[in-house]
Amino acid sequence: MLLLTCPCCGVSAEETEFHPGGEAHLKRSGPGSDDAAFRDYLFARKNPRGVHFERWRHAFGCGKWFHAARCTATLEVFGTYAAQTAAPPAHVLEAIRARRPDWISEWEQDR
Amino acid sequence: MKRYSAFAIAREALRHHAGWERAWASPEPRAQYDVVIVGAGGHGLATAYYLAKNHGITNVAVLEKGWLGGGNTGRNTTIIRSNYLQDESAAIFEKSRTLYETLSQELNYNIMFSPRGVMMLAQTEHELRAWKRTAHANRLASIQSRMVTPDEVRKIVKVINIDGPRYPVLGGLWQPRGGTARHDAVAWGYARAASDLGVHIIQNCAVTGVDRDATGVTGVQTGKGPIRCNRLCLVVAGSSGVLAEMAGFRLPVESLALQALVSEPIKPVLDCVVMANTVHGYISQSDKGELVIGGGADGFNNYTQRGSFQHVEETVRALVETFPLISRLKMLRQWGGIVDMTGDRSPIIGPAPVPGIFLNCGWGTGGFKAIPGSGWATAEMLADGAPRALAAPFSLERFAEGRMIDESVAAAVAH
Ligand SMILES: Cc1cc2nc3c(=O)[nH]c(=O)nc-3n(C[C@H](O)[C@H](O)[C@H](O)COP(=O)(O)OP(=O)(O)OC[C@H]3O[C@@H](n4cnc5c(N)ncnc54)[C@H](O)[C@@H]3O)c2cc1C
Ligand SMILES: [Zn+2]
Repeated sequence: MLLLTCPCCGVSAEETEFHPGGEAHLKRSGPGSDDAAFRDYLFARKNPRGVHFERWRHAFGCGKWFHAARCTATLEVFGTYAAQTAAPPAHVLEAIRARRPDWISEWEQDR
Repeated sequence: MKRYSAFAIAREALRHHAGWERAWASPEPRAQYDVVIVGAGGHGLATAYYLAKNHGITNVAVLEKGWLGGGNTGRNTTIIRSNYLQDESAAIFEKSRTLYETLSQELNYNIMFSPRGVMMLAQTEHELRAWKRTAHANRLASIQSRMVTPDEVRKIVKVINIDGPRYPVLGGLWQPRGGTARHDAVAWGYARAASDLGVHIIQNCAVTGVDRDATGVTGVQTGKGPIRCNRLCLVVAGSSGVLAEMAGFRLPVESLALQALVSEPIKPVLDCVVMANTVHGYISQSDKGELVIGGGADGFNNYTQRGSFQHVEETVRALVETFPLISRLKMLRQWGGIVDMTGDRSPIIGPAPVPGIFLNCGWGTGGFKAIPGSGWATAEMLADGAPRALAAPFSLERFAEGRMIDESVAAAVAH
């Protein structure tokens, strides 16, 4: 059973209060993009065994969307943060690195 | 390989059962194989068997990180049916069901195929219309399956409560030659027969890396050292994303937990399989008398082979309404498997973006029934280097082409 904290209203609750929404930080590809980019936007998903960033909705609470960083191999939650961001914030990346020193992040390279 | 038979049992009984041999060999890996298959689940083992049997390709290794059949093949609720909506699915699932009919004889191994019938309940008007459409599609595809009335449902499924209150039974889609088989035996039977034909099944041998050069795949790194090959088939279900990442590409697949549970054993009460897709529950009774119950998948990525508790509760709660007798049963065991879900709920069989690598994955919540047909079609593809008719529609390219084989709308769940 996952325990999540909604960054919008501050409530901590079990996963039954939330609804999972899939991979976070997807780059939107529109009608002008090439076929491969559009296919990847629609279907290709990160499916790591380990650190994963995803969208959740506080469905039976404040109703807002937010993001979570979580380990898919242990179900450990590293942190949650606002949905209105294109990349995980520094404090979340630090929290992950504290628990997973070997983790190779793609986010720092991008910046 | 010594054949199993009534005579063999009698012979061994007379000599204290000292003459039984090991069912399959445990060889050390060679440095190179013609074909390397990653994953000794049902699909990997069946592929190896048909490669050797139908195509004469025997320099084949099946590499397994744990024990053979320890993945989803040993964790499912063993439902076999072929009444799928789309023509492409109907073709491969019916091929598979047909192979199941004679698989015990083919493998000389009792896989306990039991065509006891599969009843898919219609519990909403929408579901009723959907099953009628499927019944018509099945008739066109020569698949024996038909709509039955609520009265007939009651006659076939004696312990059902068809009156609701929330979801009254409005009818059902009945496939009389669907049923169940013993899941472990399917893996063991294929392993024994493949090993006998010369295939190397190497357990406790995790693949940790995929080697490639400019022309394509050249081999794999494993816990038992490097192994060279230029045809590599990835058949690792829930681990498909991990293997794809090793090989340098990404798949339209996500790994989720799916659970099942069994009750304490009771006297026979249910002699067919019943699926209630509206409430995400399905149920059958094992030969030992346990009720085998499966439910819906969790919604988030997960590799722990352990699902969320509320799904167990939801599944049982929903089924109690339709099967009041289970309300007083104790549940004995519960477990989870990691299923590989695609967007259209259909599998992927086809070449990968890296030359020499072939895929068989995306069976999600419903691939046990497909093991023989999938192995057959994947062996054809590995032998020829390109898929034949059964597998061709399931290529990875369908996602770029928008050519979905949509079974998610058709079934909601696809077990
Ligand atoms: C609870 C549950 C109920 C289900 N019910 C049904 C049902 O009623 N009917 C139905 O048709 N289907 C059902 N399914 C689905 C079905 O079980 C699967 O689709 C099918 O078993 C997949 O077989 P497979 O051989 O592809 O995968 P698996 O049996 O999972 O085999 C994959 C193998 O790959 C190995 N592996 C992974 N990574 C590596 C690596 N790096 N190196 C080497 N080996 C590796 C794993 O250890 C595993 O043994 C159910 C699944 C679950 C979990
Ligand atoms: Zn909230």
